[in-house]
Amino acid sequence: MNNKPLSEASEWTFELIERYHQEIARVAGNFGLDTYPIQLEIITAEQMIDAYASVGMPIGYSHWSFGKEFVSNEARYKKGQMGLAYEIVINSNPCIAYLMEENSMMMQALVIAHAAYGHNSFFKNNYLFTTWTSADSIIDYLLFAKNYIAQCEERYGEEQVEAILDSCHALRNFGVDRYKRPPRLSLQEEKDRQKDREEYLQSQVNELWRTVPAKKVMRSDKKDWRFPQEPQENILYFIEKNAPFLEPWQREIVRIVRKLAQYFYPQRQTQVMNEGWATFWHYTLLNQLYAEGLVTDGFMIEFLQSHTNVTYQPSFESNYYSGINPYALGFAMMSDIRRICEDPTDEDRHWFPDIAGSDWNKTLHFAMQNFKDESFIGQYLSPKVIRDFKLFSILDDDEEKEIAVTSIHNESGYQYIRQVLSEQYNLGSNEPNIQVYDVDSKGDRALTLRHTQYHRMQLDRSLDEVLKHVVRLWGFDVRLETVNEAGAVTQVFECKH
Amino acid sequence: MIQIVDRRLNGKNKSAVNRRKFIHRFRSQIKKAVADAINERGVKDLDKGEKVSIPARDTAEPFFHHGGQEGYRERVHPGNKEFQQGDRIARPEGGKGRGNDASNTGEGQDEFVFELTREEFLNFFFEDLELPNLVKTRLATLTETKKVRAGHTSAGIPSNINVIRSLRNALGRRIALRAPYNESLMEAEKQLEDLLQNHDDTDPAVIRLRKEIEQLKEKMAGIPFIDTFDLRYDNRIDRPKPTTQAVMFCIMDVSGSMGPEEKDIAKRFFMLLYLFLTKTYEKIQVVFISHHTEAQEVDEDTFFYSRETGGTVVSSALNLLSSIIEERFPISEWNIYAAQASDGDNWDDDSIVCTKILNEKIMPHMQYYAYIEITEDRHQNLWHEYLTIKEHWDNFAMQRIEALTDIYPVFRKLFEKKNV
Repeated sequence: MNNKPLSEASEWTFELIERYHQEIARVAGNFGLDTYPIQLEIITAEQMIDAYASVGMPIGYSHWSFGKEFVSNEARYKKGQMGLAYEIVINSNPCIAYLMEENSMMMQALVIAHAAYGHNSFFKNNYLFTTWTSADSIIDYLLFAKNYIAQCEERYGEEQVEAILDSCHALRNFGVDRYKRPPRLSLQEEKDRQKDREEYLQSQVNELWRTVPAKKVMRSDKKDWRFPQEPQENILYFIEKNAPFLEPWQREIVRIVRKLAQYFYPQRQTQVMNEGWATFWHYTLLNQLYAEGLVTDGFMIEFLQSHTNVTYQPSFESNYYSGINPYALGFAMMSDIRRICEDPTDEDRHWFPDIAGSDWNKTLHFAMQNFKDESFIGQYLSPKVIRDFKLFSILDDDEEKEIAVTSIHNESGYQYIRQVLSEQYNLGSNEPNIQVYDVDSKGDRALTLRHTQYHRMQLDRSLDEVLKHVVRLWGFDVRLETVNEAGAVTQVFECKH
Repeated sequence: MIQIVDRRLNGKNKSAVNRRKFIHRFRSQIKKAVADAINERGVKDLDKGEKVSIPARDTAEPFFHHGGQEGYRERVHPGNKEFQQGDRIARPEGGKGRGNDASNTGEGQDEFVFELTREEFLNFFFEDLELPNLVKTRLATLTETKKVRAGHTSAGIPSNINVIRSLRNALGRRIALRAPYNESLMEAEKQLEDLLQNHDDTDPAVIRLRKEIEQLKEKMAGIPFIDTFDLRYDNRIDRPKPTTQAVMFCIMDVSGSMGPEEKDIAKRFFMLLYLFLTKTYEKIQVVFISHHTEAQEVDEDTFFYSRETGGTVVSSALNLLSSIIEERFPISEWNIYAAQASDGDNWDDDSIVCTKILNEKIMPHMQYYAYIEITEDRHQNLWHEYLTIKEHWDNFAMQRIEALTDIYPVFRKLFEKKNV
């Protein structure tokens, strides 16, 4: 094709951004990418550091931990230890993508393709995001949360609010429903219901404790009924609903932290897929523009340099190694799926009879929509990618003197490596399994959490600090039992009120 | 449809509240870090931000997670070279080979490092000294500037329009633009006059000429009376308020009786005086004089860190001070300040000599002379001598200092004078 390049120089202008976007949108449309409407925001480097501190949320409630994030990023950025990521994008409708003022035109185009089309279409179509988050109302909810917490600070003092937030943040990862879909967020309803909810919740709690004899504070041994009847995985939810002495506003704050944790939960489960998908598409879209003659050779060279930096995977003995780079693995797997569809080898036909030779775009979209990291790797990690990355698995058992290589990238190892790597991305086994097990509702009202051990791993010593936070929220003693894989209680930690 | 929003002009201080909260929460740790920083800084080096590091374990946010070496974990790593299935390898130190696990816990980062801005730093510095707010603001404000006229510019705000210059430009432009039309007009009018002598009004040539004249007049009338590029604005620029130069003498007793703590107090005292002077004078020289039985002019490091033994003869320093002033700092050109720190101990007969030197040779030249006695015991002999000087001289201040909070009163008079 004999198109004229959109631009020759590396400076961006608003007109150029619009023209590039137009072309990227056209190409993305041809590939069938389905996205939320896009809002591009031009920001400065300082604003980018701001955005970092709030995990990309355009508005957020204030807390010292965000300030901590900010000052450390700022210091590292000033020292030149940290380049700013060129994109932050959050799952909202419209999808907001930030373009940094300092970027060259190439970078802006890259960010548009990567964030505004790659991530955006992932957010809109991946099953975790569609079932577990409400992109339509997140901005409203953030605004509600910010204002509510600011009001609480005015009314009850910054220190009190900070204390509650500290405690909630400590349990943030245990404030998500893993299996039950949460109701959708809506600003208006939140506001309308908030007051009712305050009253209702309080009455519920009172009901629960009414039968408790006021003076008897001995731990009762015999129980005719257990509360909760089933162990509860969502500790913050349990606290919000059942902690006896929380004020209504404190319950609301617990709820806010819980809701936001729930909102970010899918992101934590789809790192490899999400980045892989976005990287695959910025690569494909910009190459398409190049094929059509819309961008220059210089543009492509600059682009490929950024692209290879992002998808670089240092090997395990390198000083730069810090685990598997999700961009590298994700991009390699997405590209590999396309290869298997378009140009399958005998090996691929053997491993992937369903997709070898199928329509690559459809297959890729299917993979994007219906998996999370764990299952995506379990389903699609191919022998070729394992060979390319020279993957091997290491078993580190504290009962053995040495660590063992359990499999490498050979015929007998592919299946095993795939399984181990898939498990590695299973949040359920990476995070300790801790659930609300019991409340001594007839005795001293102590809360018992039960940690079910996985692979004999123990909790980090900081658990004492976390327990203090649980005590603050619960208002009575808190115990944490560790149960080994055989089901016997092996350790008990206790934190008195 | 795409929406592009330019957010660059929105405030960049979205994190200001969070930052303030962070600093508030860790103020005791930061204060300690600031105190350390002050010890490392030079006297002249106070007026800027600071990189601060506080223990990372204090700022950690606890959460339930796996830790320790117990249990077994299996992980996949990239970049295999020579391993075969079934190989057994010695466990690497520091948990390496655990990939994500080890690095995520952030081991090896014991310090949490960030930067305080100049304002935040000064706030922590002032905190110990218990300065009144007015003084704090005075010290913290940057150089004051004054608007002065500086010619004219072609861009500006309406209230700065210079009418005379603008109209003069407009007039010039009108004359210049009219000139070519004017010539043609005069020519045409002359032709018309000639024609009318032989032809009457209905002649086509006459009509054409009349029309031409009409058009020329219209064109001339169409030249705007005033145009945007005629406009001239008064230009004003910021110029720092006139300041002059000052010299500050730091005199300290370095005899055996002055320990590191006393020196630290003295250092803060000198720093504060210096900071005050930087707000008032553009150019400041600092001269360090240390003395025991003999006085010496030294550099800053020697001044604060060297330690001598032996007795004390204060007059040696005062003599040196006096001669340096005579040699290098003519009072017509310099504002002279001196700050003396001592534990008050002096050779018995020497204190009277000091009084004499001060009264005759030094005080007449001084803007301000501040003396601090750093001791927890009762007043020493030098103090009693200096009391007599205080009676004579308004610009002499003295104070006994046991703790940092005592420093400010020494300067009270100095600041008061400036506040009037």
